[in-house]
Amino acid sequence: MSSQTLSFDFPNTAMPRGKLLRTYLTEAKYESVRALRAPAFAIPFLLLPIALYVLFGILLAGSVSHGDASISRIMFVNFSVFGVMGPGMFGFGAFVATERTQGLLTLKRALPMPKASYLLAKMVMTMLFSVMIMATLVIAAMAFAHTRLSISQFLAVAGIDILGSLPFCAIGLMIGTLASGKSAPAFVNLAYLPMMHLGGLFYPLPKSVQRIEFASPAFYLDKLGLRAVGAPSLDQLSMGAPTVHGGVAPMIYVFILAVVTPAFAALSIRRLQGGNVRRAVARD
Amino acid sequence: MNGDYLAELSGVHKRYGNTIALDGLDLQVRRGELLAVLGPNGAGKTTAISLLLGLQQPDSGSVSLFGQSPKRVEARRPIGVMMQEVALAEELRVREQIDLVASYYPNPLTPDAVLEMIHATPLAGRPYGKLSAGQKRQAQFAVALCGRPKLLFLDEPTVGLDVQARAMMWETLRQLVRDGASIVLTTHYIEEAEALADRVVVLAKGRVIASGTVNEMRALITRKHISCATSVTVDSIESWPGVEIVIRDRERLHITASNAEAVTRQLLNADSDLQELEVHRAGLADAFTELTQEVAP
Repeated sequence: MSSQTLSFDFPNTAMPRGKLLRTYLTEAKYESVRALRAPAFAIPFLLLPIALYVLFGILLAGSVSHGDASISRIMFVNFSVFGVMGPGMFGFGAFVATERTQGLLTLKRALPMPKASYLLAKMVMTMLFSVMIMATLVIAAMAFAHTRLSISQFLAVAGIDILGSLPFCAIGLMIGTLASGKSAPAFVNLAYLPMMHLGGLFYPLPKSVQRIEFASPAFYLDKLGLRAVGAPSLDQLSMGAPTVHGGVAPMIYVFILAVVTPAFAALSIRRLQGGNVRRAVARD
Repeated sequence: MNGDYLAELSGVHKRYGNTIALDGLDLQVRRGELLAVLGPNGAGKTTAISLLLGLQQPDSGSVSLFGQSPKRVEARRPIGVMMQEVALAEELRVREQIDLVASYYPNPLTPDAVLEMIHATPLAGRPYGKLSAGQKRQAQFAVALCGRPKLLFLDEPTVGLDVQARAMMWETLRQLVRDGASIVLTTHYIEEAEALADRVVVLAKGRVIASGTVNEMRALITRKHISCATSVTVDSIESWPGVEIVIRDRERLHITASNAEAVTRQLLNADSDLQELEVHRAGLADAFTELTQEVAP
């Protein structure tokens, strides 16, 4: 035994508010640290959006648009949505599924971790990634793209998309509560890829199937960003509408995204709280 | 809550579909004791611990941890937990894992102090994902201790540890109990319970089938082991009253008997050259086997 003197006489188990705040901050810090250290997570989600944006959104689109600011703006907004979707969906989907199936979540539920700390930490981590992704996209757009946007417009898009990553966190969380650690990335992709492509981010959908866009939260987030920079969507552009037109009030988009988030989150949290029953039977 | 009980299950029933996991289980954890919970697979050990940790709800009966529902985070603040089959975050270093869990407690030990206490200081800066199985158990042990728990729940804590690390963990556990902590230990290693436990509870089919000190448990069975070097044949000894098992290992005979004194007297009468006589009573493992066989289907 070492010289460390132990005393287990701490009858008071109350947690002062300052220490409770420290718990939340510590959880968020380590969640972010571990995500940044996980190469399979950090490298694709930090580098892919900027690499694809520069390649397709700036170089390729720039060469065909002949300096059309609308195209540049659409590309910036669409790649921003693509950028923030990934960390939210995979950060919650894959991490929660792994931690659920590998017992870490059960251990944390048994330990005196404040209930909200686990998900809040993941949310902070996701938003940190979103901030970093948006920073790289904004810098690239300001330096190389002909968006002719003001700094406040750039910041508006960044703000919308950073907050707009929350519905994707909630959808990812839902998958994380259903899938196993190994199958979660595949299931997240099954939701992520169609949501991205059917949201009309990269190409206009044929008119006959355009209504399917309404099923994708990416579509609504994209619309909000386009509104903020006064650009039409790819669909509108393909139909010969060079400027943004009336359509639905942006509050509707905000409302839909705001409903998706708590709905998926509430369903998922219910599942998480009763989630270890089968494990216990299997092990007993 | 009875002031002597830190944790208590009273008349707890729990079933999963048609499977009865707990069938009116009563279990108390007393202040300052190391309680070993033993039982064959399917006995209800994991379910009982899950209920005490607030991970599940009983179908009926009551569960209390420090006089409160274990669902309350306040009730869980005085506890430390080490589970089996848990993977901590691979990317975090051991010191960071401890720092994180320590933040859940009002008066934690520093990561360095915990690691020093369990003689695992060299692990501090290592990423968890790069540790061996035994080192991972040590890191999990440190995580369980960092909040200065009054009550520790340990599920198979020494699986995967080498002999030296296991001895060190046993010594730490004994020291913790001397310092006033209580420990609930679930283990498959009967010798671990025998070496450490103040009290043993044996579960089978969701009920307590026996409980008491290690000595009381051993005394529950009357059978003893006799061994000696003798020329008396196995066949003849097998016919003696009270003899249950006779095994010859070269010139030594190993006899299990319910009336060891009479059998020993008979052996000495039958062979005046008998040598190296040893008589010892059954261990906890024998008691465990006999007890759980009695309730087996």
